[in-house]
Amino acid sequence: MPAHQFMLNGQPVSVESPADLPLLWVLRDVLGVTGPKYGCGVGVCGACTSHLDGEAFRPCLHPVGEIAGREVRTIEGLADATGLHPVQQAWIAEDVAQCGFCQPGQIMAAVALLRKNPQPTDADIDAAMSDNVCRCGTYVRIRSAIHRAALLLRSGASLPER
Amino acid sequence: MADMRPTDSAPPGGLDRRRFLTWLVASPTLMIAARWGLDLPSAQAAEAPALEETALNLYVAVRTDGRIVATLPRTEMGQGITTAVAMLVAEELDAGLDAVDVSTADADPRWLIQLTGLSSTMRYLAGPLRAAAAEARARLVTAAAHRWRVLALTLTTAQGEVRAPDGRRLGYGELAEDAARVLLPEVSPLPKSPSEYTVVGQPTGRVDARAIVTGEARFTLDLDIPGAVPTVVARPPTLRGTVQSFNASTARAMPGVVGVVQLPSGVAVAAQTFAQAFAARDALQVTWAPGPASHLSDADIRARLRDAIGPRPLPPLLTTRVVEGRFDFPYLAHAPMETQSCVARVTGDVAEVWSGVQDPKFARSQVAAALGWALTPQRVTVHPIRAGGGFGRRFFTEAAVEAALISRSLGQPVKLMWSRNDEMRHGHYRPASHHRILASLGPGGSILGWHHRAAIPTVEFPHGFGDLLTSLLGQALPDVTSAVFFALTQHVPYQFGWVAQELAEVPLPIPTASFRSVFTSQVGVANEVFVDQLARELQRDPVELRRSRLTSRRLKAVLDRVVLEGAWGRALPPGVAQGVAVLEEWDSAIAHLVEVDVTSGTPRVLRVVIAADVGLPINPKGIEAQLQGAALDAMSTTLSAGLHIDAGAVREGSFADYRWLRMKHAPASIQVHLVRSDDRVGGVGELGYPSAAAALTNAIARATGTMPTRFPILDEGA
Repeated sequence: MPAHQFMLNGQPVSVESPADLPLLWVLRDVLGVTGPKYGCGVGVCGACTSHLDGEAFRPCLHPVGEIAGREVRTIEGLADATGLHPVQQAWIAEDVAQCGFCQPGQIMAAVALLRKNPQPTDADIDAAMSDNVCRCGTYVRIRSAIHRAALLLRSGASLPER
Repeated sequence: MADMRPTDSAPPGGLDRRRFLTWLVASPTLMIAARWGLDLPSAQAAEAPALEETALNLYVAVRTDGRIVATLPRTEMGQGITTAVAMLVAEELDAGLDAVDVSTADADPRWLIQLTGLSSTMRYLAGPLRAAAAEARARLVTAAAHRWRVLALTLTTAQGEVRAPDGRRLGYGELAEDAARVLLPEVSPLPKSPSEYTVVGQPTGRVDARAIVTGEARFTLDLDIPGAVPTVVARPPTLRGTVQSFNASTARAMPGVVGVVQLPSGVAVAAQTFAQAFAARDALQVTWAPGPASHLSDADIRARLRDAIGPRPLPPLLTTRVVEGRFDFPYLAHAPMETQSCVARVTGDVAEVWSGVQDPKFARSQVAAALGWALTPQRVTVHPIRAGGGFGRRFFTEAAVEAALISRSLGQPVKLMWSRNDEMRHGHYRPASHHRILASLGPGGSILGWHHRAAIPTVEFPHGFGDLLTSLLGQALPDVTSAVFFALTQHVPYQFGWVAQELAEVPLPIPTASFRSVFTSQVGVANEVFVDQLARELQRDPVELRRSRLTSRRLKAVLDRVVLEGAWGRALPPGVAQGVAVLEEWDSAIAHLVEVDVTSGTPRVLRVVIAADVGLPINPKGIEAQLQGAALDAMSTTLSAGLHIDAGAVREGSFADYRWLRMKHAPASIQVHLVRSDDRVGGVGELGYPSAAAALTNAIARATGTMPTRFPILDEGA
């Protein structure tokens, strides 16, 4: 089996697996990285949303063979030594989560949105976040948390890399 | 084993005359158990039995490191009970919220009620929790008094310490062993009065928020059980179809495949990764026998339900006009984000399962029966795990049964995951229904009668519902049937003359389950929509009509509150309208005001204003979250999410066609205002669904001039 090398949460990893194995299962079943969740496997729920080279993507849809040499970040790699990412802080401050199953994906989608658009309007949030389902119905709080995170990012001295 | 001084204490508020007991459990460190005393003899009973033999509700323990652990037989599925329980314990013990751990108990017959549902967790456990924690505090204080040789009454507690007037302090951890040997508390072991609360009632963030936002929170399939192989199941196209024959030779030869196992429900494939298991599943050649509902499609089901309505009853005397409303509701999937899943390890004559179950004792008996151990269920250990949403689906435990059978067959642990298709197409569903409401009007706009007949397929209630209802209602209800549950829960809170509500139970071979608010999600919604229709017929304002007929002071108060906060009747542009609705259930009352915009052709909810009287609000932030979530639940299923049945198969397979609302459909705000009429603890989990659905429907009716009668409204074929 071929070895696939890529960066995962800032660390180089090498995985021996078939090239067509979706990255979600490489993460969860081979590497034991369980933050990205299975919700549908076909890219319609967003529960596995993570970052590929800084952009939000669906690991359930991307074979590991496509990932070689690229940089993957999951929810586990969002906080750094200095503490939680402002989006995570905002999620706690707004008490967003209910069951929590979709939230790693929601947070990663929000981080990617804010990197592109530091001051999103409600319409921008609707456009960027509507591919992530929350069955518990936390959308109103997610929206508030994104606005709060935008404020934190603007006021923060150091803009996180990720 | 136990010290024999049960404390007989009435719950704060004094509204509930039932009592509960607390007792010290023999343990190296302080441990207090508690239970409702519904069927107990006098509290002066000479001896309490040992923990292993005693039926109980929960226990609270203090460890030598100062951690306080509350162990209870309930599952966290997102409803926030972990936080609310920690708050009650921290309050009574005068400890920091972060010093309290809440632990979910394994399945065990000792737990009086081990079922998470019916909006009952806090209603049922707040009393025993307060009593146990207050008793623990009293013993910690007494232990400190003995250590310091001072009067216990002179001591105080704060921040997890006992404090003396001279400034001496001892942390609870340092007292945990001594307190376990205190025979008689020397200060009051009674809970605080709600007026003294400093933690309970404060809006408090989830205690597990950090674990969730960092990805550390573990769900069933995130557990690291050594050697557990990913497993999926090929399932029939129809509901409860069966395997006629299959050929697994191609599948077995595929990369990573560990084994193939035939089950009553399909054919399981285990592999090194879930992707390989899915690929091998797809390579199976299976001939399926159709399931028992394969002669049924939507049109047949609707006809069966309509036929069950029967002829009109005679209206009351003096009736001058009868107004009729008919409503159709669809089958609904619970569709939790986390699909059904279970890790199982069956070795020799014991089994261990990990799963997000709402009824662990039922899971245990089901797994035991499947393994041929019906008479020795103690061979099965069930660990309830944090669940990614439940909503009633996890009362049923097919995944646990399947995983146990596969593990035994393969001789190794398995982690079984249902696909999203499996979840949608092989669930237990909120049944479809058809309703006829007849309002009898008399001279001068009087309302002489209200007759609601609901045709609903039989709902399969979980195993533990009878015990729970018996405890909640104080009357023995060993078997809960659809008819019993309907009669217990369905009420019309208006003076509408002669009121009757009847259930026509229609047995259909489609699996069913309770869903958030159970029958009220249909009967209660239809009633509140038809109240608006009645207002139109009588040319009265819907709020004014409700106010004039409501029989509940609490409902009037919450209705008045949304009218005020939501500015009922304010000027709105054409195509934008407001709707209201109310509900009283499980000791709580709620009103919704919804504003909707129909100018684009597709209704868009602009804002929702909620007023709720849940009695004592333990965690207002958590209550707000539940009510906001229930509003989204109601909006989704009222507008766009509903199932279709085609020849015994469920058409919808994922969130692509089961159109749950997305961020772009969510209103700008969902405000929650709490009204507190007394200090009873009311139910919250289901409260927010029915009147949200009805208020939205009423707003659409007012905006379009047409009352929607088929749900989901945006389904052309509904």
